[in-house]
Amino acid sequence: MTFNFTVSPSFPNERISDWYIFNTWLQRQLGLPIHLELHDDFGTQRQAIAEGRVDMIHANPFDASLLVREKGFRAIARPEGSPDEMVIVVAADNPAQRIPELPAGIRLACTDDPCVNTLGRILLEPANLDTGNIQELGRETYIQVTKALLRGDADVGFLPVEAFNGLSPLVRRDLRVLVTSQIQVIHHVFLIGPALLPHAEAITRLFLSMHQTEKERAMLTALGASRWQALRQEDVEFMIDILSTLTS
Amino acid sequence: MEDMPPSPGAPAGATHVLTHADGTTRQVRVTDIETPYPLGKLIVSRTDTRGIITQCNPSFVDMSGYTADELIGQPHYILRHPDMPAAAFRDLWNSVQAGRQWNGYVKNLRKDGGHYWVYATVVPNIRDGRIVGYTSVRREPSRDRVAAAEAQYREMR
Repeated sequence: MTFNFTVSPSFPNERISDWYIFNTWLQRQLGLPIHLELHDDFGTQRQAIAEGRVDMIHANPFDASLLVREKGFRAIARPEGSPDEMVIVVAADNPAQRIPELPAGIRLACTDDPCVNTLGRILLEPANLDTGNIQELGRETYIQVTKALLRGDADVGFLPVEAFNGLSPLVRRDLRVLVTSQIQVIHHVFLIGPALLPHAEAITRLFLSMHQTEKERAMLTALGASRWQALRQEDVEFMIDILSTLTS
Repeated sequence: MEDMPPSPGAPAGATHVLTHADGTTRQVRVTDIETPYPLGKLIVSRTDTRGIITQCNPSFVDMSGYTADELIGQPHYILRHPDMPAAAFRDLWNSVQAGRQWNGYVKNLRKDGGHYWVYATVVPNIRDGRIVGYTSVRREPSRDRVAAAEAQYREMR
């Protein structure tokens, strides 16, 4: 049986090849056939989850909720050093200096990343802004969100911190961060589904020792992490409890 | 439960006696000083089923004015401000003990007698079908909503 592995589509495009390299390494280490399928967006990934076509996933926190609570997935580890934080950005010449100064009716550019969007909407609440008085402009990528701001098509944009920091200094000069989330308790997690549970111990052992050799450490760095951190099931349950408070 | 002594140099304020649902009373000192909500942060804590604090994040500690050691093991009502009507907390407990989520605007009391406003959501932690504790997450409220809550709580007191 070939197991299906996927990665939450929120990672930067330049890491696509790094995830394939990781998958090749994973297969060799575990001696298991694993097929990596990278989905273009959250919609197609959710479809794959709903159809049972995912056995292993580097999941964003919101998908982790669904997978752990409803699909019997188990947490293996989380990447250390990369909490899922986001920024609310405006064009540098936007008159608003603080979130409460944003007026009703603003145009918001964002992708379909549920984590970034949920945190962003919470951070807009002090301005009394919600779906009823925001004009949302969906964009496929964070580059397109940035372009919408620079062209004046949107007033504010939601970006992961990592994506914002990845912009060229020239582009960042024309943008201004109104707020950076400092949630700290929300992060991606690596999960395995019921079909892989018999291999849980071997997979966990492999992940937790991955940073110990130079070659494997380099592979981790390429994926944006310094090491995999052990995760108890209760840690994930707690994160899910926190997430459930953010969507109300 | 005994109150923590005020920090040296803390501003003077009015004294109130609070009676809690468990029948205990405590004297608290209250000032008009509001601490602004920390930008971009969430204040997170966890209690057992009796409302005893078992876990809290650094934002919770910072905003409360206590140290983490002073908070862990204390009842969550250590943060109760006398301006909060008892009915709001009754509603909270009735909701979460029934397994439902509770949301509301809350004025919390700091150790130094000051306060901070939050929009709080409390969820029961359900494991294997059983409530094993509660998680509370607070976020920054809009000032309009705080003003409305203040007016409503004044009428309820």
